[in-house]
Amino acid sequence: MGRWKPPLGRQLPRDADAGATPEKKGISVTAATEQKLENYAESFSRFEKLAAGHDVAWLQNLRRNALARFCEVGFPSTGVEDWRFTNVSAIAEARFQLARDGSSEISREQIEQCLPATRTCALVFINGRFSRQHSSVESLPAGLTISSLSGQIRQNPGSLEPHLGRYLNLQRDPFCALNTAFLEDGAYVRAAKNVVAPDPIYLLFVSIGDKDLVMSHPRNLIIAESGSEIDVVEDYMSLDGSVEFCNSATELIANENATVSHYRIERHNTRSFNTSTLRIQQARTANVASHSILIGGALVRNNVHPVLAGEGGECLINGLFIGTGRQHLDNYMLVEHAGPHCGSRQFYNGILDDKAHGVFHGRIVVHKDAQKTDAKQTNRNVLLSDDALIDTKPQLEIFADDVKCTHGATIGQIEGNAIFYLRSRGIDEVSARRLLLMAFANECLERMREGAAREHVEKLIHEHLSRIAKIGSVEKAPRGVSETLQEAQ
Amino acid sequence: MSLLEIRNLHVKVDNREILKGIDLQVDAGEVHSIMGPNGSGKSTLAQVLARRESYEVTEGQILYEGKDLLEMKPEDAACEGLFMAFQYPVEIPGISNAYFLRSALNAIRKYRGEDEMDAMDFLPILREKVRLLEMDENLMNRSVNESFSGGEKKRNEILQMAVLEPKLAILDETDSGLDIDALRVVAKGVNAMRSPSRAMIVVTHYQRLLNYIVPDRVHVLVGGRIARSGGPELALELEERGYGTMEAAAGAATTA
Repeated sequence: MGRWKPPLGRQLPRDADAGATPEKKGISVTAATEQKLENYAESFSRFEKLAAGHDVAWLQNLRRNALARFCEVGFPSTGVEDWRFTNVSAIAEARFQLARDGSSEISREQIEQCLPATRTCALVFINGRFSRQHSSVESLPAGLTISSLSGQIRQNPGSLEPHLGRYLNLQRDPFCALNTAFLEDGAYVRAAKNVVAPDPIYLLFVSIGDKDLVMSHPRNLIIAESGSEIDVVEDYMSLDGSVEFCNSATELIANENATVSHYRIERHNTRSFNTSTLRIQQARTANVASHSILIGGALVRNNVHPVLAGEGGECLINGLFIGTGRQHLDNYMLVEHAGPHCGSRQFYNGILDDKAHGVFHGRIVVHKDAQKTDAKQTNRNVLLSDDALIDTKPQLEIFADDVKCTHGATIGQIEGNAIFYLRSRGIDEVSARRLLLMAFANECLERMREGAAREHVEKLIHEHLSRIAKIGSVEKAPRGVSETLQEAQ
Repeated sequence: MSLLEIRNLHVKVDNREILKGIDLQVDAGEVHSIMGPNGSGKSTLAQVLARRESYEVTEGQILYEGKDLLEMKPEDAACEGLFMAFQYPVEIPGISNAYFLRSALNAIRKYRGEDEMDAMDFLPILREKVRLLEMDENLMNRSVNESFSGGEKKRNEILQMAVLEPKLAILDETDSGLDIDALRVVAKGVNAMRSPSRAMIVVTHYQRLLNYIVPDRVHVLVGGRIARSGGPELALELEERGYGTMEAAAGAATTA
């Protein structure tokens, strides 16, 4: 078995942290005894013997190096700046097992309910594994390849070698290392030069329970060759109330002048853990939009990490997170400007109720050569209860001298005046609350291109907000009204 | 039975008595104007009628079509046909004006047991009213009042009134801040709504609006009480002599 070497090719910009060793940056293991790292090592030793591509040297090395890295650093503690607001000890202390194949227990009807009615292409993954019987791919345009990653590994691993694991930074993030160690299945999407996909590509990841606590590490590779245009929807959800640890990673490569809209929907049950990373690599004049919708999960970490490597690239990083109960929703943005004349716009809206905790960490790094960068960041939050909490933190690191970077954050409540205005026109209080929440959410929806993917997301959000508006009116109406009183005077 | 009957209304805001015993009767088909200097309680009266709950009614009664208005929620009062054009219309980012108007109309229709209207049925009605108020149709697709000019906001209030067709409309200083062209358009919209089955209360600081919307009755509010009532000629008298004499009279009355 040969040593795995990084594939040759164009020099990529260094990740923001590549210079500093993680140890120096303070990644510490919160006493190895509490963390069940040996559990992962044991799972891995069984996994690597049977996994797709177990006989592919570069892939095995990629996995082994990743596991080694993960075991070296373990799960991050809140002492690490990037994890300051998010305590993952609940994940670290649990003993998760790789989920078995649960596809036989799930009917087509169950899956049908989770997907939009009109679609041409949906890959379904059950507990992280591709399920052919639940998936459907109708006529695709020539040049558009959509398959499971495991299938691609078996059939043509060579096609993956130049890309897979190339962009994700295993040194920075132990969850990415863990994902890479267990890399086997997920989606492989490739649009050849100038190919335009007419319909969104749905990737549905569902989980169902087991006697153990289950984990899955979905891994997606999306390649948009120059001039191509695709929409991809990653949708993560639970089919029952069992606890899952879903740790996904997606590498999205947008080559010259490609246009990609990427949607990520997190709607696990509120007992599950979901960590995910979207790593975007943009070449010259590529245009990428990342839309994140977080409405589920007990503890969610949403990493979005675009690198604008070529000249004139545009990136929209759009998100909406809605937390209720004790949900913890952490959004960690790292936007790297490495090429000149690029624009990035971050807009994240948060709605938090009950004791939910939201985090928005917006980091922008402008490298030395990224002159004429135009980077904008806005995080707006609405808190619906006294106990809801938001931590919002901009972080700008600028090494070029001719750039425009702006950031802003707001935290507010539903305005009493606005509710009264709507009520004075005949709209009842619950509907008024729902309308205002939807209006706030619509800011995020309006940044999505019109089409099937947006309609799917819109429907999910509206259903979710209708529930919140109803709950809110019963439990909080008296206090809400008294706040209205004070504001009106 | 009058459409609206206010009896001995006392209202406190922040523990301070603003209205000190108002009596007013408005019949269907009438236009009443309430005038008065700043701080006399004009807007407080309008807000209480629109059921703003932060105003504490300490004494008195308001009967709307014989029913106790003070027992109604703001949305129920609206559904019963009461409408207030806001002095400061609220901006609601993220909800389009057309959607807002249709939601409001449907809420009222539903209350009355009528079928809700879909966008296709609603559009021609909206178009007609938009033309009446000489508004830009593009404003219908923009968020409610967001980045509207002052005049556009006020016209938008009258547009809502035109769409919702209330029985009793209260215009709270709709004229303030309007230039003469905007004022003319607003007045045209209001006059087009005058009907034997509808009453209006026009709250204003200036007589100017009353050149365009000629009221049946004028009431002058000073220090939380109606100091004088009369016909449209009272507005002209005020224009010439100002509120000073009446304030002095009211002051004398209070100290007396």
